[in-house]
Amino acid sequence: MGSALDIHRFHFAFTVTYHYLFPQLTMGLALLIVILKSIALRSGDEHYHRAARFWAKIFGINFAIGVVTGIPMEFQFGTNWAEFSRAAGGVIGQTLAMEGVFSFFLESTFLGLFLFGEKRLGPIGHWISAVLVFIGSWLSGYLIVATDAWMQHPVGYRVLSNGEIALSSFWGLVLNRWALAQYAHNMIGAVQTGCFVMAAVGAFYILSKRELFYGKTFLRIGVYAGIIAAVLQLFPTGDIQGKLVADHQPVTLAAMEGLFVSQEGAPLAILGQPDVQKRRLDNPLEIPSMLSFLTYREWKAHVPGLDSFPESDWPDTIELLYYSYHVMVGLGTLFIAIMGLAAILLWRQKLFETRWLLWIVMLSAPLPYIANTAGWMTAELGRQPWLIYGVMRTAHGFSPRVAAGNAWFTLIGFMGMYTLLSILWLFLVYREIEQGPEPEIAHAADSSVVAKAD
Amino acid sequence: METLWFCLVAVMIAVYVLLDGFDLGAGAVHFLVARTPEERRQVIASIGPVWDGNEVWLLAAGGTLYFAFPLLYASGFSGFYLPLMMVLWLLILRGTSIEFRNHIKSPIWTPFWDFLFSASSFLLAIFFGAALGNVVRGVPLDDSGYFFEPLWTNFQLGDHTGILDWYTVLVGVTALFALMMHGALWIQLKTHSAVRDRSARVAAWTWWGVLICSGLLTMVTFSVQPQILANFKTWPAGYILPAIAIAGLAGVQFELRRLNERNAFLASCTYLLGMLTSVVFGVYPMVLPARNPAYALTIANAKAANYGLEIGLIWWLIGMALAAGYFIYVYRSFTGKIAADTDPHSH
Repeated sequence: MGSALDIHRFHFAFTVTYHYLFPQLTMGLALLIVILKSIALRSGDEHYHRAARFWAKIFGINFAIGVVTGIPMEFQFGTNWAEFSRAAGGVIGQTLAMEGVFSFFLESTFLGLFLFGEKRLGPIGHWISAVLVFIGSWLSGYLIVATDAWMQHPVGYRVLSNGEIALSSFWGLVLNRWALAQYAHNMIGAVQTGCFVMAAVGAFYILSKRELFYGKTFLRIGVYAGIIAAVLQLFPTGDIQGKLVADHQPVTLAAMEGLFVSQEGAPLAILGQPDVQKRRLDNPLEIPSMLSFLTYREWKAHVPGLDSFPESDWPDTIELLYYSYHVMVGLGTLFIAIMGLAAILLWRQKLFETRWLLWIVMLSAPLPYIANTAGWMTAELGRQPWLIYGVMRTAHGFSPRVAAGNAWFTLIGFMGMYTLLSILWLFLVYREIEQGPEPEIAHAADSSVVAKAD
Repeated sequence: METLWFCLVAVMIAVYVLLDGFDLGAGAVHFLVARTPEERRQVIASIGPVWDGNEVWLLAAGGTLYFAFPLLYASGFSGFYLPLMMVLWLLILRGTSIEFRNHIKSPIWTPFWDFLFSASSFLLAIFFGAALGNVVRGVPLDDSGYFFEPLWTNFQLGDHTGILDWYTVLVGVTALFALMMHGALWIQLKTHSAVRDRSARVAAWTWWGVLICSGLLTMVTFSVQPQILANFKTWPAGYILPAIAIAGLAGVQFELRRLNERNAFLASCTYLLGMLTSVVFGVYPMVLPARNPAYALTIANAKAANYGLEIGLIWWLIGMALAAGYFIYVYRSFTGKIAADTDPHSH
């Protein structure tokens, strides 16, 4: 890794991977906060208002980091990927600009009102502002996914004589079927992050024998929404996404699955390490014919392996792509198991006493972050060696005048800055969880200390 | 169509400067107008509910620029690589400072974030000014449509310019004074007693800085970028724009003396608007002037294909009408002065 291309790729990969740790939680929480606010509005129970306020604070911290790490993403299209922007800006600039115009204005306006205007807005106004924050953040998610989907599966464009890629169908771009499928899969993933985090905080409270009302509420919402999301993640959204890859990026499918040789009745590799040099999977643990069935619903269907495609079209990091995909699917399966078990015990009113499972739920909070990251790595590594699938190679997209040294400089700068942000995040979020949903009670206990400090 | 988009992007950038300009300026004068923790809280509260929305104008303008003039986005952003990345870092520091400072009340935590907030705002004002200076002066574009500028070379206006030379530094300082004045006028409008009085004084002395720098800048700019003078000669009606700037600046002084806080802030908006539109008018039809005029990026060679621009107009108008509605609502519900002793979580 040393060429300008590699550094520009890593620059974008690092900053976007880090950035997406925050929106996946805020998009998921936005939905769960609307649920909490709706229960509060219907029941009039102040506890649910407090619960919503508690999550709004955690939302606020994550949203702030999401915003400041998101701004560099839009700018990096121009700074680091100038050739790509020059060629395709007229297309993907549409969805990116729409995100600013339609979602960010909505989100920033109503988040301010939601966080600070509860008294002035009244219960219904406050509920509406929560719904608008949810709509704003989910719309933003769609427009970003539509941008990526166009790079995965370009539609609604034509190439002009000067090499410029011009938009030819606005609705083609906006309603790209790849975007619809990817959006569903991605948003369910975000909901899983929100559910796991909410359930983990609930489990933490129950295990710590404090905030019992909130602990149970968070577990109920987190587990019930979580099991629905975990199932939807696999089927139908994951399944649809997989078929799209099989249809439009067959070489990617072969690399994801570690299928080097084309065959009928292709097996599904559960474990194993791809050896790209020797063109084989070491230590394979496989289910015979399963890949053929999952992809084409036929046990004997022919699945093209990597050997069906010229090596120049192979994704350039097959190993990482293979592992990302397997980590994503493995964790997704685990989520169904954890949430399914928790949901059954919850339904039979035994979850709050089943300490071993509460421990598992609490410690699982980081896993959906890993699964979502692995999912995006699968999508973007799988797109390689193309920047715009079938249209423009990644190697032709970066900024010709930005030398590797300058990109290293800014990459290191971002790494340092994001390390500090991570420490701050841990500190502030832990502090909010520690204070709990009724901080005024915690405050009353140590108000004498605060008074002295002031 | 491309002229229309040129104007629309210019409007978005102008709105960004007017709105985010006052909260950047408020940051730059933060320590000058507020001495105690309570006073600093008032300054933060005066921009708290609006700064994030103001900054969205930068993102929305960036996105609009991207799809309307893709070559400008590609060439300009990669050419200004280093300063742009530094702007991003400063925006990260500034955003986290404003959002995190109120989380903990402590004599260590709060002043630390106040300092970062003020320092990043101060530097951003200079950076944005220097960026504008670079555009006006022209950049070393060649026939590939690209350039790359180091941070500085020899501070001269030769063919191998850096981001910083005497001209862009002058624009940076002008921008700093202008936004300090703008921010001080905003704080004056939103606060009372000690903070208000100090803001009035800061606005009064920065006004002289703005006057002197703007005068100097106007004189040298005509020789740095000859296109501007040519445009004013071709379309003399354009002289109205610098006249608006002069009227705005005079208005600031006049209204400051009459103690009309609202009008003083609006006059400052008028000044900024006059200056920005003068520049935009002066460089038209270029979107990125070059040191060698033959290689300049213009609305004609940097624009996207027509279909996208036409369809974009439809959703842009809808989206902007919505955004304007949100802003009017937020600013209307945020009128009046910040109370001196409210709870920091309910501003």
